[in-house]
Amino acid sequence: MNSVVCISHVPDTESRIKIAAGGQKIDETGLKFIVSPYDEYALEAAVRLKEAKDGDVTVLTFGPDRAQQALRESLSRGATKAMHVKGESGDADSLGIAKVLAAAIRSVPHDLVFFGKQGVGTDNALVGPMVAELLGYPQVNVVTHLEVGDGRLTAHREIESAEEVIETTLPAVITAQKGLNEPRYAKLQGIVAAKKIPIDTKSVADLGLDESDIYKQRVTIVSIDLPAEKTGGRKIDGADANAAAQEIVRYIRDEAKAL
Amino acid sequence: MANVLVFTESTNGKLKKPSREALTIARKLGAGDVVAVASDAAAAEEAGKYGAKKLYVANMGDYLTEPYTAGLAQIAKEVQPAVILFAGTSNGRDLAPRLAARLNAGVASDVDRLEWVDGKLRARRPVYSGKAFATVEVTSTPAIATTRPNAFPAEEAGGGAAEVVNVSVDAGEGKSKLVETKVPEAGELSIAEADIIVSGGRGLKEAANFSYIRDLAHAIGGAVGASRATVDAGWIDHQHQVGQTGRVVSPNVYIAAGVSGAIQHLAGMSSSKHIIAINKDSEAPIFRVADLGVVGDLFQILPALTEEVKKAKAH
Repeated sequence: MNSVVCISHVPDTESRIKIAAGGQKIDETGLKFIVSPYDEYALEAAVRLKEAKDGDVTVLTFGPDRAQQALRESLSRGATKAMHVKGESGDADSLGIAKVLAAAIRSVPHDLVFFGKQGVGTDNALVGPMVAELLGYPQVNVVTHLEVGDGRLTAHREIESAEEVIETTLPAVITAQKGLNEPRYAKLQGIVAAKKIPIDTKSVADLGLDESDIYKQRVTIVSIDLPAEKTGGRKIDGADANAAAQEIVRYIRDEAKAL
Repeated sequence: MANVLVFTESTNGKLKKPSREALTIARKLGAGDVVAVASDAAAAEEAGKYGAKKLYVANMGDYLTEPYTAGLAQIAKEVQPAVILFAGTSNGRDLAPRLAARLNAGVASDVDRLEWVDGKLRARRPVYSGKAFATVEVTSTPAIATTRPNAFPAEEAGGGAAEVVNVSVDAGEGKSKLVETKVPEAGELSIAEADIIVSGGRGLKEAANFSYIRDLAHAIGGAVGASRATVDAGWIDHQHQVGQTGRVVSPNVYIAAGVSGAIQHLAGMSSSKHIIAINKDSEAPIFRVADLGVVGDLFQILPALTEEVKKAKAH
């Protein structure tokens, strides 16, 4: 059972975001980058499949040089191979990114393709289903439970206040939701072993793609702005619980018009 | 005249609220006539009421990605829309990117503002969970967007039923099948679409005390939210988590009790319209985004509030 796990390298969720000069990108200076949190569930699912059924787990990313860190970290958590497509993924729209990843995935043997349900930060939640379409595979999105059998899988897909149980065929694309599993931490042994695994590095052109179809296409960023700083509203003393409750109800009824 | 195609979801002829919101903004865009898609002709009355001139009804059955992609692609070919909108529901978010890849189109996802400017779709979308906003232009034809639930009003247009156009979709042989739908707790509202959310944080001290949150949510008709700390501690299911690794929500009323307001949590809820915070620590960061802050003991205030809400509802 071979899997490809697509990883995105994103600013730590603790980060304060600053806007770069020009107003169209965030300022990466001093930002700590991490493996996008949902990708950790995707990786763990693939590594568990490998442990149960052998095969390889290839981690794949499209991004600038710094994105190699995300691959190294994923190797230390059980991935067996890594591919880095170098490029300014921040200048590509989601479909551009999907085209790059789909081309890279085609070059690697696989039964399953995993993503996190969204890249934390840009929060588009588009690339996984786009790759599924480009490869002609079925997809199950926002998966909280997964069982893989012979040529088939059963996955639980989170929807509004419920879960759908979907059965489909391999190869397939799965996007992972928190709760799918409990990701492991890297062990020292894994970190040392990971350093010896070479990262297969390619360019967009190496994949036979036309860069002009990848960058600055279909969706362009006009500006990125910070929200107006909220200063906080009224603060009241809640020592008298009944009085506080009455004031809250008045506020909800009169100002929010919700009662 | 160009068309704006809107994918709608309905139950027994009643459109889901996010679909009504998407139809409303589709009409206000002024990019062309609104044409809706549904899997059931019973939606024609409501679709018309919210501004759709036509309703394409395709025999797509229960939602599954592949037949719906085939259906939408076929209808898009016939309608030649300038814009395709999806409400950002689970199904909308599943389908929009798949269709976009088939049509080689760009998508602005989870948008909270939408305009038609000089023949282009301009959208604002929260990024970094609301720590920043990106304004993007979708330059492809069609231009696709998914609308964030609760970010746009749902307003009737005063029209009659939409004209029904039946479409027979040839989806081919499906690889996927829906085995069953599991509804865990009967009648529990999803935080994704709720107008009112009552959230609990570590200040609840233990899992059992989520009953304080549930009682108030039940009385007020809201959904139960939770901070990441309580989800990570196993006090409540992840479906309830608000914040950067949970759901980003923008209800009309957000009540946070015992939530200190970590940056990830604030990012996930600070676009709510009316925020009420209850916390015993007067310096808690949650008070910076609260419109009404109450410094006090949630174990005293929540039961009193639940009673007051019941009284107010009884009137």
